Amino acid sequence: MSERTDMLLELADDELILGWRNSEWTGIAPFLEEDVAFSSIAQNEIGHARALYELAAAELGTTADQLAFDRQPDEYRCAPLVQLRRLEWARTIARHWLYETADEIRLATLKASDDPQIAGIAAKMDREEAYHRMHAEMWIDRLLSSADGRARLNEAVDELWPYALGVLDDELRPELRRHAEERLGRRLPDVEPVSRGVHEAELAELWEEMTMVRRSAPRGAQW
Amino acid sequence: MIYEVFRQERKGQPLQHAGTVTAPDERFAEVYAREQYGRRQESTALWLVPRKAVREIDEFPDEFDLKYRRVDGYSIKTRLREARERAGTLEMAPGGGEDG
Repeated sequence: MSERTDMLLELADDELILGWRNSEWTGIAPFLEEDVAFSSIAQNEIGHARALYELAAAELGTTADQLAFDRQPDEYRCAPLVQLRRLEWARTIARHWLYETADEIRLATLKASDDPQIAGIAAKMDREEAYHRMHAEMWIDRLLSSADGRARLNEAVDELWPYALGVLDDELRPELRRHAEERLGRRLPDVEPVSRGVHEAELAELWEEMTMVRRSAPRGAQW
Repeated sequence: MIYEVFRQERKGQPLQHAGTVTAPDERFAEVYAREQYGRRQESTALWLVPRKAVREIDEFPDEFDLKYRRVDGYSIKTRLREARERAGTLEMAPGGGEDG
């Protein structure tokens, strides 16, 4: 497997698993409009995952579905941040914002890639992610605007911060810290990142559910 | 806050009422309207109007059944053109006096 496919699978797995986690709010988000919006964002993430898997699959001689569903749980490369099971709403928003912030930094480097396919897909993703960021940022402003909201956001961010750092490679982490600290107007803890390659127990549980239908059907079934 | 949402299906067409979104402020309303009425590329433009800004009129009394006010079957085009010519306002009329 090349460095290119490694990178594509990391990004694709992040988008697929986060999309899955976000979709767990469908039907139970705090109110109807948010339910529709958050579910739509989840679908977008899964759309990004599909496009990325297709690029990787072309190189590996396989298919997007096989990459998405036929690997074992410990073969996924997603960051532990996206594996965490449904968090209550403040933590969900904190994760969403931390991920989108990290993702923007990562996409900026990919958009500058010499590989036209990588640069192209990153630019396309970024045009949709802009709306995800708009959604995350309005929630952050809302939470920061009241003492109770600020307290809940800060608590959630502190808890998730080591995971957020783990989304990015070493060299991009300082930028994430700068950006997040500026936005929240405070220092964030100096912690060891929970890096990619760590598999939370919750991922295996998600995988069971996510691949259930595919595993129950005979090989080569058409959908 | 409730926002009334108007949606344009294709460029050049009038915006028509599509429904509402409930949101704490305009920023949330914009994001929610976009997701609810635009995510399937079903709209080329949306208007968001706070319901409070809408002035509703819903009473149209017609106690004496003034049927002669209705213009059904009465062709006005030629008479109107002649009247405008006499008044010298033909060029100012919608369409600049062109037929139709």
